Amino acid sequence: MLSLGMFTDSFMINAWISGTMVAIICAFVGYFVVVRQSVFAAHALPQVGFAGGAGAVLWNFNPIYGLLTFSILGAISIGYLSRKEENDVITALILVAALGTGALFLGLSDKYAAGAYVLLFGQIVGVSFQQAIETVVLGSICILILAFLYRPLLLTSVSKEIAEAKGVSTSFIQMCFLLLLGVVCAITVPVVGALLCFSLLIAPTAASIYITSDPKKVMLLSLVISLIMMWLSLILAYISGFPIGFFVSIIGAFFYAFARIISFYKLKYKIVRH
Amino acid sequence: MIESNKFKEVNMVLSTDNICVKFDDRYVLKNVNLKIKSGEFIGLIGSNGAGKSTLLKVILGLLTPDKGSINMFGKKSKRGNRLIGYVPQKVFLDSNIPLRGRDLVALGLDGHKFGFPLPSREKRRHVDEILKAVDAEKFADSPVGKLSGGEQQRLFIAQALLTDPKLLLLDEPLSNLDIKSAYEVVQLISRIARERKVAVMLVAHDMNPLLGVMNKVIYLAEGKAVMGKTDKIFRDDVLTSLYGYPVQVLHANGRIMIVGGQGAMTAGFPIEDHCHPSEVRK
Amino acid sequence: MNHILEILFAPGFFQSEEVMNALILGSIVAAMSGVIGVFVVMRRQSFAGHAISDFGGAGAAIAFLIGVNTLWGFLSFGVFAAICMEFLGKHAHERDLATGIILSIALGLESLFLYFDTHFTGKASAPMLILFGSIFVVGYSTVKIIVFLTVTTAIVICIIYRPLLLSSIDPELAITRGVSVRVINIVFIIVLALIVEECSLITGSLLSTALLIGPAAAALHFTHKIRWTMLWSALIGIISMWLGIVFSYDSYRWPPYGKGWAVSFFVPMLIFLFYLFSKLLGKILKARRVIYDA
Repeated sequence: MLSLGMFTDSFMINAWISGTMVAIICAFVGYFVVVRQSVFAAHALPQVGFAGGAGAVLWNFNPIYGLLTFSILGAISIGYLSRKEENDVITALILVAALGTGALFLGLSDKYAAGAYVLLFGQIVGVSFQQAIETVVLGSICILILAFLYRPLLLTSVSKEIAEAKGVSTSFIQMCFLLLLGVVCAITVPVVGALLCFSLLIAPTAASIYITSDPKKVMLLSLVISLIMMWLSLILAYISGFPIGFFVSIIGAFFYAFARIISFYKLKYKIVRH
Repeated sequence: MIESNKFKEVNMVLSTDNICVKFDDRYVLKNVNLKIKSGEFIGLIGSNGAGKSTLLKVILGLLTPDKGSINMFGKKSKRGNRLIGYVPQKVFLDSNIPLRGRDLVALGLDGHKFGFPLPSREKRRHVDEILKAVDAEKFADSPVGKLSGGEQQRLFIAQALLTDPKLLLLDEPLSNLDIKSAYEVVQLISRIARERKVAVMLVAHDMNPLLGVMNKVIYLAEGKAVMGKTDKIFRDDVLTSLYGYPVQVLHANGRIMIVGGQGAMTAGFPIEDHCHPSEVRK
Repeated sequence: MNHILEILFAPGFFQSEEVMNALILGSIVAAMSGVIGVFVVMRRQSFAGHAISDFGGAGAAIAFLIGVNTLWGFLSFGVFAAICMEFLGKHAHERDLATGIILSIALGLESLFLYFDTHFTGKASAPMLILFGSIFVVGYSTVKIIVFLTVTTAIVICIIYRPLLLSSIDPELAITRGVSVRVINIVFIIVLALIVEECSLITGSLLSTALLIGPAAAALHFTHKIRWTMLWSALIGIISMWLGIVFSYDSYRWPPYGKGWAVSFFVPMLIFLFYLFSKLLGKILKARRVIYDA
C-alpha cells in the first residue's frame, strides 16, 4: 500500500502542492478566526463558496472562479448586514441561502450527487496542475495581505474603542478580514471540501492556544500542526481512498484533545507545586 | 496682551470652545467649555446619561460636534491624536485569548499601523519601561485572559501611555470596584501622571475616590458643564443653577453627596444620589 | 379564474398525493421550527441550532448505512449532541470552539459514512437525501413518528413556556425567582434537537437551520410581544414552505425542462427575503415610533 506513487503520481503532486499551501495559510488566518471569535463565519463561508463551485460545475468553468465569487459575495454580505448586530443570525441565513442555491445548481446539472459530494467533502484526484498553481499564487497573496493587516486586525480584536480612538475603522478592518477569509476558504475547499475547510482553519489554533499564549508561538505551532494534519491526511486518503476531509477533521480533533489534556495536567501540576 | 493669550492657548493641553451636540431635538451637550493645563488631574463627574461618554467621543474625535471645536496646544485636534492616551471602559477579554500582557501593551504603540511589524529592540525597551512604570512586569508574559480585572486595567493604562501622550483619558475606570481598589487605582494613576507629566481626565459617576487627587472637577448635568476647583463647584447654588432644580450638597465624613434639595420632591423631581453604588447595596 | 390558477399551479398540483403530504408535513415542521426558533434567536444559540442539524446528518448517514430509518439516526445524534453541548464549556467562546471541533468530527464521520453509503450500497442519492432532504418522499411510518414528536414537543413547550421565557431574557432574575435555569436549559436543548431533527428529515440537515432561525429573526424585527412573535414566525415559516413547494413543483415547466428546481433552494431564499424585508419594516416602524428599541 505504501507505494511511491503517493509522491510521484501526477495528481498527487498537485495535491501536495495545493495542500501544503492551503495548510500554511489556514494556520495563519485561523489565528485571527479564533481571536476574533469568527468561528461561525469560518464554518459558513466555505459552504457559501460551495454554491459558487456548484454553479461553476453547472456552467462548466473552472470551479475556483465560482468559489471565489460566491465566497467574496458571501463575505461582503455578512460583513455589510451584520455591521451593527445579529452576526450569528445573518451568518446562518446567508449560509443556508447559499446552500440552497448550491443545491439548485447541482440539481440542474447532471452531476448532482457526485458533484455535491466532491465539493462538500473534497477529493484528492480533483486538483489539476493549473489549480495547484492558482492555489499557490492566491495563497501567497493572502499571506502578504494578512501580514499587512496584522496589527490593526489584532488591535480591533482586542478593543474596538481603542482602535476607533486611534483612527482605525473597525468596520473596514472587519470587511477586509472577511474578504480574506472568503478567499482562503475558496482555495481550501477544492482540497478539503466545504464542510471540513473550517476544521483546518480552527483545529490547529484551537489546539495551540492551550499550550501557549505568545501570538508568534501560537502561529508557529499552528503551522506545524496544520502541516502534519494535511500531509498525514493526504497519505491516508491516498492509501484508503476515504475522503480527505474525514482525516483532516479527525486528526485535527486529536490534536485539540491532546492539547487540552496537556493543559489540564499543566494546571494540576501548577496547583500542586504551590 | 494678545501674545500672552496666545501663549496661554499654546500651553493649554486641551481646550474646548462652546461644544454643542444635539441628538434629535435634545441638547446632549450645550456650550461646554473646558480648559485643561499641563499636569492637571481632572475628574469628569456626572450621572449616567449626563453626557460624559458623548463628551469623551467629541474629545477623541469620534463624534463631530454640531458647534464648537477642540484644540490641543492651540491646534485643532483630530481623531487618532497621539497626544491623547485613551483607556476605555471595561474591555471583555476571552479567557483563552492568545495574547500576552506585553503584546496587548505593544498594540498601544503601533496597533493602528498597517504593514508587518518587525521586532525592534527599541520597541521592546519602550514597552518594558512602561510595564515597569505601571507595575505590571510580573504578569507581562501571562495570557491576558487569565488576569484579574485590576491587572488587565493596568495593562490598558500602560497601552495608553506608549505614545507619550500629554493627556490621559480614562472612561469610568472605577465603576464596579470596591472602595479600596478604587483608591489604589486612583493612587496609581496619580503617581504615573506626576512621573510622566501627563494631564489626566478621569470619568466617574462618583467623585469621592478622587477628592484627594483632583485639581479640578468638571461637573456635567443636563448637558451643561461647570469646571473649577472642588470647593467652588460642589455648592448648592452652583449645582442648583446647573440642574435647574433644587439640589443640595451634603458633606459627611469627608465624603460628598449630592441629593435633590428641599422642595425637590414636592416639585416632582427625583432625588439624584451620588453615593457609591456599593454603599447602597440592598 | 381557472386560467390564473393554471399559471400559478402546474397541472396535477392539487391531485398529487405527494404534494399534499409535503404541504402538510412541511407546515408542521415549519411551524414548530418557527416557534422554538424565537427562543433560539433570543438566547443567541443560532450556531448551536445549526450544529445540532449537522450532527443529525452524521447520525442519519450511519443509520442509512446500517439500514435503519434515517429518522432514528437524526434524532439520536441530535439529542446526544445537544446534551454534550450543554455541558461543554463555561464561556461562550470556549464553547463555540469546542462545538466547532466536535462538529468537525461529526462532519468528518458523515463524509466517511456517506462515502461508504455510495460505495457499498450503490445508492448515490444517499448524501443528497440526507443533506438536502426530499420533501416529496416520506414514508407513512415516518409521518406517524413526526406527528407524535410534534405533539410531545408542543406540550413540553407549553409546560415550560413561562420559565423558559424568563430564563431566556434574564437568567439571573430567573434564578432569583426560583426557576431552575439549568434544568430549563437542558430541557430546551433536547426539545430543540427533536424539532431540528424532525425538520432535517423533511428538508435535509443543511436547511433545517433556515426554518429555525430565519422566520424567528424576521418576526423579532417588527414585534416584541412574544406570543405575536411566535405566531408570525410560524406563519412566515409556513408561507415560505408552501411557496417553496409550489415553485418547486411549477419549476418542472421552467428551463431546463423536466428537471425542476429544488425545494431546498426556494425555501431558504424566500426566508432570507422575508428577513431582509422585516429588517426594513422594523426600521420604518422604529422611525415612526410604532415600536421602541428593547
